[in-house]
Amino acid sequence: MPEFGSYAILLAFVLSVYALLSGSIALYQLASGTRGRIEPNRLLETSRRAGIASFVACTSAAFALVWAAFTNDYSVSYILHHSNNALPVAYKFAALWSGQEGSLLLWAWILTGYGFALRIRHAEDHRLAAHASTIMAGIQVFFFALLCFSAPPFALEANPPADGFGLNPLLQYPEMVIHPPLLYLGYVGFAVPFSFALGALIMRYPGDRWIRITRNWTMVTWLFLTCGIFLGAHWAYSVLGWGGYWGWDPVENASLMPWLTGTAFLHSVTMQEKRGMMKVWNVWMIFTTFLLCILGTLLTRSGVISSVHAFAQSSIGTWFTTFLVILLCTCLFVFFRQRGHLQAENKLESLVSRESSFLFNNLVLLVACFAVLWGTLFPVLSEFVTGSKVTVGAPFYNRVNLPMGLLLLFLTGVGPLLAWRSNSLKAVRRNFILPGVVALATALILILAGIRPWSAGDDATTQTYSVIALSLAAGVITAIATEFLRGASVLHRQSGRNIFSSLVLLTRRNTRRYGGYIVHFGIVVIFIGIAGGAFNQTAEKELGFGDSINIGGYSLVCQSFSQDSNPNYQTEYALLDVYHHGRKITQLAPERRVYLASQQPATIVANHSTLARDLYVIYEGRNEDTDRPIIKVFLNPLIAWIWIGVLIVVAGTFVAMLPSLTPAAAKLASDKPVAAPLPPVSGGDA
Amino acid sequence: MTIRRIVALVLLVFAIATTALGSTDRFNTLGHKLMCTCGCNEVLLECNHVGCRNSEEERARLHADIDSGMSDDQIFKDFAARYGAIVLAAPMRGGFDNVAWIMPFAVLALAIAGTILLILHWRKRNRAAIAASPAPTAPSAAAPSSGDTLRDRIRKETEL
Repeated sequence: MPEFGSYAILLAFVLSVYALLSGSIALYQLASGTRGRIEPNRLLETSRRAGIASFVACTSAAFALVWAAFTNDYSVSYILHHSNNALPVAYKFAALWSGQEGSLLLWAWILTGYGFALRIRHAEDHRLAAHASTIMAGIQVFFFALLCFSAPPFALEANPPADGFGLNPLLQYPEMVIHPPLLYLGYVGFAVPFSFALGALIMRYPGDRWIRITRNWTMVTWLFLTCGIFLGAHWAYSVLGWGGYWGWDPVENASLMPWLTGTAFLHSVTMQEKRGMMKVWNVWMIFTTFLLCILGTLLTRSGVISSVHAFAQSSIGTWFTTFLVILLCTCLFVFFRQRGHLQAENKLESLVSRESSFLFNNLVLLVACFAVLWGTLFPVLSEFVTGSKVTVGAPFYNRVNLPMGLLLLFLTGVGPLLAWRSNSLKAVRRNFILPGVVALATALILILAGIRPWSAGDDATTQTYSVIALSLAAGVITAIATEFLRGASVLHRQSGRNIFSSLVLLTRRNTRRYGGYIVHFGIVVIFIGIAGGAFNQTAEKELGFGDSINIGGYSLVCQSFSQDSNPNYQTEYALLDVYHHGRKITQLAPERRVYLASQQPATIVANHSTLARDLYVIYEGRNEDTDRPIIKVFLNPLIAWIWIGVLIVVAGTFVAMLPSLTPAAAKLASDKPVAAPLPPVSGGDA
Repeated sequence: MTIRRIVALVLLVFAIATTALGSTDRFNTLGHKLMCTCGCNEVLLECNHVGCRNSEEERARLHADIDSGMSDDQIFKDFAARYGAIVLAAPMRGGFDNVAWIMPFAVLALAIAGTILLILHWRKRNRAAIAASPAPTAPSAAAPSSGDTLRDRIRKETEL
């Protein structure tokens, strides 16, 4: 099987090279009007089919690696180092992406998978799809070359032992079976809009149709990246046992940067579609997003930046540096050659307009991305300039990014309330008064409820930010709800439907707009969850039988502590009865495991999660003198809202991807003739 | 009047944020600005390794420094001298470290200021162009497409 896998990768490499060369030659012939021995369109078709075949070959290679994991084939070095006999079946799959070579194979497989979908769906625009397919083939060539010559997943062991070294314990968690593939689906997926954008620029594609063609690609990719990032955050929260969900590790930063620019791109393309503006910006935004995907990989895998992630250190940095330079040069060359094609049809006319809010939103997202990149690179820069390495950790990122996050939250509420082009002062006042009053009232209520940052001592700054975030969140939710209700009430008056039915019809008539609002609502809910972090509490205590530890109205009483083992790991755990204001509500069992194959420890967190707060308990270890467990408890308010917010974002993105009802269908759906294609739902649009 | 109120509110919030910084629980504050050096990549007070000698030693040192009456700055310098600059959770030694903090906000300020100036410039140019252009003529029946174009533009601009 290892030989089969190796040949499958080699075949995929050859097919990708063919797809790149034949596609390039055919497109050049079509553009220049020259003819070769084979008719260009036939050559393009062979290129497309080679691209499709490369997916089949890569799938075979991925299958061979998973097969090797399932059959405990330790003659494959990668399997020896990332699996063992006692590893549960689900985690044998996870072995595919738990190390450098496997994760690169997964990357290549997803890339060819996207390429497969693109090449199958080429009928929408053959010529543009051919350009995108050829560019994708170029990216494939890089990854397969890497797999063939630098990081082969099927490298063989001369004298394989009877059992493997095991999977990293931190990865033996259900979310790790889906988190990395989702993250890669997001990362790699940006190759598709990147290829379309570059292809459209090369062929001077007229208008903004390439944006419409790639819109769903971009949204799906963005959705995958969002889910991947938050699943990673949830995994960190559940597994790493430090009570937080985001540690600003370089690998986390690497995934956040393209998410920020991808989010900016999703907003700025609207301006191109609506007003023919920001064409250069959009092209560079998608170029930057994909380049950041590669840069992030370079930073974390080259050893330039240290990371807690297992696959971080390797020698493939040179490959990625070369690839990044080639990509950047290609983008610059094509841009300067074709920039005349990107003339804006309109210019911004007012500071207070929908366009401006989009532009400022883009700026803040980009600066936030820059801040993350700056913080990630600063240790290297500092070492270069001063000769000493520094740490840039959570205090830096939190202090720099929190104000930007609040600015973004503010713009999330402001944008939908503004009309395109310009706004009168009267319209601004009319649209902003209710959200503004709600925001101020929320701040007042929070202060009256006892949240007083000025008396919070060391937590003053974070609590101030938290009050601002919660107040802004209330204002933004009001603005979004107003948008929905205003539109629904018009439909209600027109058709006599009930308000809920009107809301559904309203959303179906413009899924993109209202799906977008749902996504914004989800983001606001995530902010609410993050704002709760200002009120976290912790307590730590060594517990004997019957001893208790108290935190924020909760009391945890130790009922027992013991040890256990199975073929995969040894465990120590404590059983804790949890009382809230004197009433028993649950029993928690925090654990600490030591995995036998790797001899690595892992924390298994016990978490009692409610909408108001999480009671997050970890078994820190045993005091060797007293033999009693040391228990650490975190009380994390509102954290469940982060995960709920992500679900709302997912739902909103799905809604936004649905096709809107056509005016004719909308007419039928509303039972009565509708005067205009859409109701005048927004005061800002009036 | 409204603008004055908003400015007053912003100043109040800023005042609250800054005046409340005078802290008492220094150990907790400083412990969250230092890193554990055991390789766990965690902030000192969040290292959850039982029996971690590095964090125990650092915690003891922090207590000792606070008890000896050292200022925050002196404590950071003491830690940086003992364990290297990587013990500080963020760059805070002054000098080149300040660049780390200034740069993101400088970029943000420049980007916002640049954009505002650009928009104002475009607006001025637009107005000049409108003033220089001839008065619009009545729509001609022979050119129905101009109405369609206008309708299409209105639809686009009110759709989202």
